[in-house]
Amino acid sequence: MSIEVSGLNKKFGDFVALDDVNVSIPTGRLTALLGPSGGGKSTLLRIIAGLEKADTGSVTIEGVEATHLPAQKRNVGFVFQHYAVFKHMTVAKNVAFGLEIRKKSKAEVAARVDELLALVHLSQFAHRLPSQLSGGQRQRMALARALAVEPSVLLLDEPFGALDAKVRKELREWLRRLHDEVHVTTIFVTHDQEEALEVADEIVVINEGRVEQVGTPDQLYDDPANDFVMSFLGEVTHLAGTAVRPHDIDVATSPLFAGAVEGTVARMVRVGFEVRLVVLTVAGEEVSVVLTRTHARSLGIEEGATVWLTVTAGATVVPSMRPSLAG
Amino acid sequence: MADTLVHDVAAPPPVEASRRPPRVRRTPTTYVLRLVATAYLFFLVAWPVSLVATNTFEDGLGSIRALLEDPDIVVALQLSVYVAFFSVVINTLFGVGMSLLLVRYEFPGKRLLNALLDLPLSVSPIVVGLALVLAYGGRNGWLGPTLAGWGLDIIFSTPGIIMATTFVALPLMIREIVPVLEEVGIEQEQAAQSLGASGLQCFRRITLPSIKWGIVYGVVLTLARSLGEFGAVKVVSGNVLGQTRTATLVVEEKYLNFDQQAAYATAFLLAMVSVACIVIVAIIRPKNHG
Repeated sequence: MSIEVSGLNKKFGDFVALDDVNVSIPTGRLTALLGPSGGGKSTLLRIIAGLEKADTGSVTIEGVEATHLPAQKRNVGFVFQHYAVFKHMTVAKNVAFGLEIRKKSKAEVAARVDELLALVHLSQFAHRLPSQLSGGQRQRMALARALAVEPSVLLLDEPFGALDAKVRKELREWLRRLHDEVHVTTIFVTHDQEEALEVADEIVVINEGRVEQVGTPDQLYDDPANDFVMSFLGEVTHLAGTAVRPHDIDVATSPLFAGAVEGTVARMVRVGFEVRLVVLTVAGEEVSVVLTRTHARSLGIEEGATVWLTVTAGATVVPSMRPSLAG
Repeated sequence: MADTLVHDVAAPPPVEASRRPPRVRRTPTTYVLRLVATAYLFFLVAWPVSLVATNTFEDGLGSIRALLEDPDIVVALQLSVYVAFFSVVINTLFGVGMSLLLVRYEFPGKRLLNALLDLPLSVSPIVVGLALVLAYGGRNGWLGPTLAGWGLDIIFSTPGIIMATTFVALPLMIREIVPVLEEVGIEQEQAAQSLGASGLQCFRRITLPSIKWGIVYGVVLTLARSLGEFGAVKVVSGNVLGQTRTATLVVEEKYLNFDQQAAYATAFLLAMVSVACIVIVAIIRPKNHG
């Protein structure tokens, strides 16, 4: 294991940012810290980097006890949400910074900078100032700067959070491919579940300062530990005391199966190939259901119709933590 | 992997467009406001100052030449420059340190310290002078006799003049640097740290270059204020001709002795230094700054 975090606690005044966090981050993988804003994931990342001090607990990086090591001795690369570019230096100088601090020879620095700028596709911008770059370019430069010192861990704090949707999507695909090339242990913080599911090898779900679940994207999606993880990774609705995805509910126009819940279609919205229903059950629950346009038409569903709902066999369900109106 | 990224090359630099100021609609109000501002500045600043210049050169360069031939005035000018130099150096070192303390650290009494730093601006320079005499006066000051015992005269001597000038100009540097430091934020420093830079390397290579222009403006303001300081210096200097008389004191003395030509000429020289500072900064500062 590359990074071992154990028993970490951190408070800001009365606010508990981290509450007894224990995580192991595997070597050479791309791990996402996923969770809602203010959930403590950035704090955890900054404590690993040494930019923030934990109240109690310990951090080990590559077998080295790092809890009390200052940031500059941890050999981690850190990429900030707002890039933190050195505004008064050219792109090449930015990337060279860590190498110059390490007193590498001029030729060595120049060669390494060239190589990294090629890696992040910024070779032709080497002599520009960061203010002449777009957001996506600046973030790639920041990434090259962090990689220059050959860090044992690369930490990215919401790296694409400040970029517009299109660039964000491009960059995360690019990050995935970059990681496949350079294999450095990488942790990135995100609140975007799609980003985490698409890019990460492993996801750590963090909420209210606690680790809710650790696993691969498939594990989390197919076997969520609880209602929170399930709802954070995708849309969730509640049917008869269980949380279930809206597309995992079968709709019938007659009571075919035992245990089917009766209700009336309260609203019906069509978006492209999809039809979204809100069904008001006899118990007073509002259930969201998603089905294809074709399926809805074949059933002849319209607003006000009476339907019977069952959870599809094999669907992911977890016990609902929400107080059920039926119960 | 290049396919998604090639268009970056063709994309126009995004900054140019955003740097252009927004189009301003010109209405009658715009012109009235402009007229008011121009008239105000003209009658309060430009016209009186220009009169100093015209009076100085009423009979050619003679008055300036006469000024530079008077050894006492040359000594006074030298003293002013000497005092201003030390005031700038001290205030720069202290100002940078104090600004870092105020922006980067939290400590009890920070608000009080912050308020205290504005005191030199709000208190009359005469009061500053008197306070320094009370504290450091050679015969009956609070600390003065002790220092005098060690052979260090403060009041009625150059150190006193430097202290008074430094005191009066103290907030200027800090008030220039603090907003710059606040705007720059700490992320660049943290990035440098995570790249292995020590505190000193971080300060020298990241912090200092980022606040460079704040320091330059601070130096210009401090220099101008120090050269022009009158009240506090008058109290602590003793005004000894050829020894502790600064250029501003010369202006007053010449004026009161009806040697108005010399007074105007000295005043003109003082004003020119300030104008020169502002012009130099305007020329050398980068275009995308301020």
